[in-house]
Formats: sequence, structure tokens, C-alpha cells
Amino acid sequence: MRPSIVNQVDETFWLIMGISIILLLIITAAMIYFVYKYNKKRHPVPENIEGNTTLEIVWTVIPVILVLIMFFVSWSGFRNMRDVPKDAMIVSVTGQMWKWTFEYDNKKKSDTLFLPVNKDIKFEIRSVDVNHSFYLPAFRTKEDAIPGRVNHYWIRTTDIGNYYAACAEYCGLNHSYMYAPVVIVPEEKFLVWKNYFPPDTAKTTPSAVKTDSLKTDTLKTAPVKTDTLKSNAVKKDSAGK
Amino acid sequence: MANGTIAVPPQTAEIDFYNVRGRHKGILSWLLTIDHKRIGILYLGSVVFFFLVAMTIGVFMRLEMLSPGETFMKPQTYNSLFTLHGVIMIFLFIIPAVPAVFGNFFLPIQLGAQDVQFPKLNLLSWYLYIIGGALAIISLFSGGGIMDTGWTFYVPYSIRTTTNVSLSVFAAFVLGFATILTGLNFITTIHRLRCPGMTWFRMPLFAWALYATSWIQVLATPVIGITLVLIILERAFGIGVFDPTIGGDPLLYQHMFWIYSHPAVYIMILPAMGVVSEIIPTFSKKAIFGYVPIAISSLGIALVGYLVWGHHMFSSGISDTSRVIFSLLTFFVALPSGIKVFNWVATLYKGSIDVTAPMLYVLLFIFIFSIGGLTGLALGALNTDLHLTDTYFVVGHFHYVMFGGMGIIFFASLHYWFPKMFGKMYNEKVAKVAAIWIGIGFNTLYFPMFIMGYLGMPRRYYDYLPEFQTYHIIATVGSWILVSGILVMFFNLLQGLRKGRKAPDNPWGGTTLEWTVSSPPPMENFKIIPEVTTGPYDHTHIHGQEDNK
Repeated sequence: MRPSIVNQVDETFWLIMGISIILLLIITAAMIYFVYKYNKKRHPVPENIEGNTTLEIVWTVIPVILVLIMFFVSWSGFRNMRDVPKDAMIVSVTGQMWKWTFEYDNKKKSDTLFLPVNKDIKFEIRSVDVNHSFYLPAFRTKEDAIPGRVNHYWIRTTDIGNYYAACAEYCGLNHSYMYAPVVIVPEEKFLVWKNYFPPDTAKTTPSAVKTDSLKTDTLKTAPVKTDTLKSNAVKKDSAGK
Repeated sequence: MANGTIAVPPQTAEIDFYNVRGRHKGILSWLLTIDHKRIGILYLGSVVFFFLVAMTIGVFMRLEMLSPGETFMKPQTYNSLFTLHGVIMIFLFIIPAVPAVFGNFFLPIQLGAQDVQFPKLNLLSWYLYIIGGALAIISLFSGGGIMDTGWTFYVPYSIRTTTNVSLSVFAAFVLGFATILTGLNFITTIHRLRCPGMTWFRMPLFAWALYATSWIQVLATPVIGITLVLIILERAFGIGVFDPTIGGDPLLYQHMFWIYSHPAVYIMILPAMGVVSEIIPTFSKKAIFGYVPIAISSLGIALVGYLVWGHHMFSSGISDTSRVIFSLLTFFVALPSGIKVFNWVATLYKGSIDVTAPMLYVLLFIFIFSIGGLTGLALGALNTDLHLTDTYFVVGHFHYVMFGGMGIIFFASLHYWFPKMFGKMYNEKVAKVAAIWIGIGFNTLYFPMFIMGYLGMPRRYYDYLPEFQTYHIIATVGSWILVSGILVMFFNLLQGLRKGRKAPDNPWGGTTLEWTVSSPPPMENFKIIPEVTTGPYDHTHIHGQEDNK
């Protein structure tokens, strides 16, 4: 099984932070110690040291090694992020001022992002007006929605629950209200939801029930209230795992 | 205190540049001056004015963030305010602050010259700056209202919004020429006007930093000029370069914008690094550790800085290959900055350190700038950037680098060169209290932003989820601490200006040439052009004398 994107981002983040905190402590401690030890009261006569080639090489080479480690760790995480699994379910995401619309392979449209649990999902991200950015904080990734382009990324849903998508690229007046609920449910419930078309939508959408990609036993047309789906959901902290 | 080893006759008995009688009197002696020092003072006044305006806007923004939903302003107002805050701070404060104020005033003196190479061009630069600033102010009260695009003017929003984008963008275009001409002036001055004996590797590091900065100003600023003109043309005539509905490409805009605006980050920070390399040797009473690596790393930063603009676009949909290349280059541009920090700290080793107010600001800078630089690593890394970009993590990062770097060093420069510029001393104790006050406020304001960003709080949000409120409250309280500290600092300097005691020519024991002339310096700086025989930070001679005391 492939490593989790969320874990990789968090591990890379804390690796970089760990190295950074150590470096910051060394720099700050050395600075404070020198200022104390070589204060003009304790150390009235300075020694004139104009440089030291060995030290210059040491503190060039060590950071080079450190940043290369960071680069390679983040690159391997990035490769995983960009390598979309072949069987990923495709959801089309369209941003407009100021809402998100999600469209599934059976033409079902929704402004709430319902997803089945334990699935790979590929988002194809578009915009109809200005730049937006489809940000899923709980999944640690985003990609901009740029008019005239289709950007993409993928996630793996691992936990049932309620999450949210936010717009992260400034898009005008109601930018900060451009959230969409994300609801991850068991696959059966997802399929029930996906294949239910309210009567008025069914009229305008001839392919209300597409059979090509679905198993027949999941083809239920009986109406299901969406709020019953929410009741099973586990509440999740926005950034919690 | 004695002067350095530089062979200069004492020049203290001359009339300083404020009191010299020129062709014009009164206000015209300022508005028509071609003296680099007066132009530096003109810039100082204008730059501080715009800083205070943008700072006040920042305080209002923080106040609005105190609670989710409407605290006391509407979203349109908030969107305009963060745009104004960014535009004013970047184009009218950070870019001109250190080069145009302290560069103008001190570069010629440090090189042993009587003025910059093109004094009239220098005055023209200031007028362009003022015209740009005036246009920006006019744009607030005309057209479709205050611009609301963010300081990045991203298309297509900047093409679609009905607010007054065209005039504001034109203001930035005019300001660009002020920057280009100042850069041109400095490059020529450094090439042509160094005094006898001032070889390239005897130049003060401030001059090296300005040299690197000036090349970026001359080479990169035209790109933003063209880009901004294209926005105006796109809005007026729909020429279809950027607008995707008529065949343009929004990503082309982002490339062009950042091809300038990333190097511009180094226009902002390099001069500050130069000042740090001046202040630390002066107050450690010893030569800077690694003069040549510091000088060369300025040029290295300027060069590699051109090649990393793509890291602002990791989430925009540019190709995976280019993201990997830009990420690798970004990690490499971090190295020269790190090397500079190590050199500064090493300069302290076995020095004789006097923690004065300017030195305290520099120590604060090293701490804050290190945090700013190190958090940048998480943004240069590919996978973490996709989570953190466009969140408060970025806001925290660039305030630590820009304000913590350039802003704090602007304060340090003010305190370091204040005696030389005005011939007066300020209250040292109050200045130190203000520095610590500012340090506490700064970290209280900006540190919570890293946490918020990691937890997923997007930037440029008028409203936010309740879970982020604690961090916003801490940050807002921090803004009050920071601003009150800044006001105390300015008040203390004003008091020094009004009734401070007279400053000696060399109050700090500095070794560069500006400390050999009187405070304030005379017209044309040197009666006899000095001759330099040693490197810029040679304290050995001074201490030979002090030992004999």
C-alpha cells in the first residue's frame, strides 16, 4: 500500500521544523553566550579574527547536506502526491465566485462534497471566473482553480467524518465564505446518495441513472434524506488525523 | 574616540549641510536640492510617513480579526485594507527604505565621494517616488473605489474588479522608475566614485549590498513595469494577454509578476543585510568575520534570486518538473543567507561587545530573521508547500523576513546613523526599552500565524472558523504591543532631534569613512578626498590607542 499523503506532509514538516529548531537554538544560544562572555566589561580588548576558511567550509557543507535531505524527502512526498492511482474515482471541482460545485461521473452535481471512505479520489479542478484554490486542510493539499486550465490532485479518504474545503486563493468579496462541506461516508451510502436524483433534477438530466460503472445491487432509486448520512459521520478536527 | 587608520585630516570646523547657504532658501533649498544627504532626508520623511499609514491600516486589520464575522468593518473594506497595507508597505516603504534613505545618505560618504554620480537624476528619483505615492493616494478617492486585489494584482480578478486598479497599478509603475534610476545611480557611483585606495574588497559591506541590490533594481524592475502596463491595457482594451476568456493566460501573469517580485524580495532584504554587516563590527570592535564570503554571498543571492520565482506558483498548476527544479534552486538560495547569519554570529566571538540600541536591534534581527528564513524551508519543500501556501503560515513567514528583516534593520539604521545624520543623540535607555518592547510585540503578533497556517487558516480571509479565534486574539494583542513600542521608538528619536545633546563625530567608534566627517556632515562631505589604506573594519589601530590610555 502507498504511503499516506497526510503522513508524508506531516513527517516532512516536522523533519524540517526539527532541523530548523536545532539550528535556531544553536544560533541564538551562541549569540547570547558571545554577547555575555565577550561583553566589553568582561572582555575589554577584542581579538582581531578576520575569518577562518575551515569554518566557512564547514558551515557551507553541512547546510548543503541538510537542505538536500529536506529536498529529497519533500520530493518523494511530492511524487506520491502527483502520481494519481489509475483506478481513482474522478470528481470534477468547479470554483466560481463564491461557491464550489462538485460533479460526479454520472453527472450528479452537488455543492457538498460526498466521498466514499477508503477510496482514491482524483479532483479535476476548474474555474469559471477568477482564480480560486481548492484547499482541503485535513488532507494537507491544495491546487489552484485557474480559468482555462484543468488542475488536479488526488487524496485517499481514510476516515468517515465531516471535513471542509476552503478557497485559498483570494477571489474577491466573499472569498472567506467560499467553504464547501466535505462528508466522507461508507461506500454503500455514498452510492445511494450519488445515484439519487431529486425529481426536478432528473427531468433535466436524462442520464439520471447511469449503469455503466455501477453494480446493479447498489442501484437504488428510493429517496434518501441526506441528513441521515450526516448523522453517521464522526466529527473531525479540521487538522486532526 | 579616535578615528580609524584612514588618513583624513580633521574636518570638524566646517558648516554642516543643513546650514550651508546654497542657491535656494527655505523650502526650496530642500525641494530643489541635489545634495545626496538632503535627498536622503527627504526620502526619510516620506518613507516614515507611508510606514505609519500602512502600520495604522495593519492595526485596523488586526482589530477586525479579533472575532469571527463582522467586528467593525465590512468585507469590502477589509479586502481594500489588506491590499493597501501590502501595496504601501512594499512599494512605498520596504523597497525604498534602506537604499533610498541610508543608501543615498551614506553610500557616497562611505566610498569617499562628494555625491552620487548623477545628483540631478537622484532628485528626479525622489520626485518620481512622490508622484507615485500621490497617484496611489488619488486612486483611493477616485474611480470605482479603493483597489481590492491584494498587492499581487492577480488576473483575472484584477481585470474584472470594478475598483480603481488601473490608477493604483500605474502608481506602482511610476514608483518602479524611481527604483530603477536610484539603482543606476548607485551602480555608477560605486564603479566611478570610489576614493583612492578604495579597492572593491575595501568597500564597506553596506556598499557591496547596495551594489547587488542595485543590479536587481535595474534588471528586474522593468519586468514588473511591463506587466503592470499590460494589466492597464487589458482592463481598458481587452487585449487578451492575460484574460483567459479572450485567449490570454492567467499563469503568464503570475510568471511575469514573480520574475520581478521574487528578486524584489532581495531588493528588500540585501540592503538590510549590509547594514547588519556594518553595525556588528562597530559594536564588537573587531573586523567582520569572513568579509569576502559575505560580500560574494550578496552577489550570489542576487544571482540565484532570479531563478526561484516559480516557488510562488507551486499550487498554480505549473508542470511537476518545473516545480521540482524551482524547489531545488530555492533550497540553494537559502544557503548564502544562512552563511551570512553564521558569519555575523562568529563576528561576536572574542569581540568586545557593546550592546547599544542599534546593536540590540541587530541581535533581535538575527533571532527573528533566522525564524523567518528557517520557516521558509517548509515553503520551499514541495509537499509541505502545497499544504502551507496561501495560509497564515506564509503571512507569518514573510512578516518575519520582511518586517523582521528590513523593518527591524530600518529601525537599527535609524539608531546607528541618527547621530551622524542629525548631529544629535537620543536617549539610549528609552531606545533599548523600545527595542525589547518591539521584539516582544513582534513575536506575539506574528508567531501565532505559523500555528494557524499549519492548522489550515487561509490568508486574506475577512471571516474565519471559530477554532482559530484564540490565535487571532493573541496576534491582535501582539499588534498593540508592537505598535506602542514603535511609537515609543519614534517619539524617543523625535525627542532626541528636538533636545538631544550634541553628537560627537564618531560616537560608536566606527571605522568606515562616514565616521571621519563631522556630525552632521559638511556640504560635499570631504574637503580633501580621503585615501584609504586598509579594509573597512580595521579596529586594530583604535585599540592600540586605547591600550595606551
